[in-house]
Amino acid sequence: MEKKKVKAKVISQREIADGIYDMWIETDLAADVKAGQFICVYPCDKSTLLPRPISVCEADRETDRVRMVYRIAGKGTKEFSRYRAGDGIEILGNLGNGFPLDAAEGKRVFLMGGGIGIPPMLQLAKDLKMEGKAMEVAVIAGYRNGQLFLKEDMEKYAAVYTATEDGSAGAKGNVMDAVGAYGLQGDVIMACGPMPMLRAIKRYAEENGIKAYISLEERMACGVGACLGCVCRTKEIDAHSHVKNARICTDGPVFLAEDVDI
Amino acid sequence: MDTKIKIAGIELKNPVMTASGTFGSGMEYAEFVDLNKLGAVVTKGVANLPWEGNPTPRVAEVYGGMLNAIGLQNPGVDVFIERDIPFLQQYDTRIIVNVCGKTVEDYLETVEKLGDTAADMLEINVSCPNVKEGAIAFGQKADCLYDITSAIKKKAKQPIIMKLSPNVTDITEMAKAAEAAGADALSMINTITGMKIDIDKRKFVLANKTGGLSGPAIKPVAVRMVYQASKAVKIPIIGMGGIACAEDAIEFLMAGASAVAVGAMNFVNPYITMEIVEGIEAYMKQYRIEDIGDIIGCVD
Repeated sequence: MEKKKVKAKVISQREIADGIYDMWIETDLAADVKAGQFICVYPCDKSTLLPRPISVCEADRETDRVRMVYRIAGKGTKEFSRYRAGDGIEILGNLGNGFPLDAAEGKRVFLMGGGIGIPPMLQLAKDLKMEGKAMEVAVIAGYRNGQLFLKEDMEKYAAVYTATEDGSAGAKGNVMDAVGAYGLQGDVIMACGPMPMLRAIKRYAEENGIKAYISLEERMACGVGACLGCVCRTKEIDAHSHVKNARICTDGPVFLAEDVDI
Repeated sequence: MDTKIKIAGIELKNPVMTASGTFGSGMEYAEFVDLNKLGAVVTKGVANLPWEGNPTPRVAEVYGGMLNAIGLQNPGVDVFIERDIPFLQQYDTRIIVNVCGKTVEDYLETVEKLGDTAADMLEINVSCPNVKEGAIAFGQKADCLYDITSAIKKKAKQPIIMKLSPNVTDITEMAKAAEAAGADALSMINTITGMKIDIDKRKFVLANKTGGLSGPAIKPVAVRMVYQASKAVKIPIIGMGGIACAEDAIEFLMAGASAVAVGAMNFVNPYITMEIVEGIEAYMKQYRIEDIGDIIGCVD
């Protein structure tokens, strides 16, 4: 489906961990949104002009509902956190490429999420379970502390292993520590999270000769590939830029780790 | 009702264009906007060779606007001629190609290569604040601007629009220098050099430290400069800087611009260029204006 900017309706919102909000909205963009895609949300406050890219956490394609779980990071997300059921919300979607479900076929899949990179793993786990082609799916989620948001939701679709920075739940440390602590084995990785985590995953994938699909983040303006604000360095010259700069918003946000310099 | 305007003898169906760098070559926005409805598409700057641009972060939001330091990333003029111009030729709109360079020779090479293409006009970027060499250096001194304009005019097959920088003491001096050197039109304003600091990280937000400020925050500065320049020169002016609605566009026309370009607000509303075209028509209807020419420079 083509990209469009629409006014959606907030169905519900609640804070599910400190500064982390869980919002369901009603929009027909739900019909064909893919795990790993994102939506741009526009603040009403016109002193904050640019849209905020927020990953899709879950979609209910039957009831036209999309769930976004986001952290308050500034004025825009602060405004969104005050929205209540019935409020209008301006969004542009569906943006980006999403995770390649086919790459999971016959494989033991690690879905690795760190912090506010955890939300897209929920829809991904759901879709992989529905497709039923992966041999095994394990979510490995890295949290700051014992506020294990979305853990129960993800357990409906896959085994969930956790790590916490403060050691209050699961393995102490990050997602890589959890892999060691639980003795997990994977053939392919799909991941979203902070840059140090993604770098560690890229290294791990290279050392183990497996593929890792990582979702990148960068400050964005247009969200549709025109402004060239959100580029990342790539190994090869790509067809669009003709220099080694892929656009995270349109060529990504999901890249094969070996194709990007991070 | 007549919304047509003319720049250097070339007719545009209406005065609404896209501002260079905010619209790619139209491919990305063709999903949202019927490009046939626009007076012209002004493309992202292109150089003789591919440019990688600046490191990220390249963009930052500021109050009522944004900073960018893309650094004129572009695929080079050869790819551009093969891919982007044929794309735009599918539409009934004018094609204005923005040209950038590090040396006069760079500009001339690109201008010559574009000479036999379907580009209707060339907009010369001598005002980008985000690249170390060339670009803005040509646009901040009247004698340099004169020299590069005359050099390009000698080689160019299409009319030449010089895109001026607002980062100067006296905009009229620059406008006059470009006109004296034979420029067919002026585009103004490019972005205003700005800076943002992240006080939690104690670091510059942009990797380039400085960036160009655009968006509604700069509109009053742009309107003032268009007015001043329009009084100083006879060549047509394409006005831009924070246009967010038809009323803003009309303000520029009244200040003396013959056409307008919409920039940063494309990022806020991907449909905005078309909405501005419709809004100008509605305004003309409301005030029973037969010819858009009647409001150009109408304030004195």
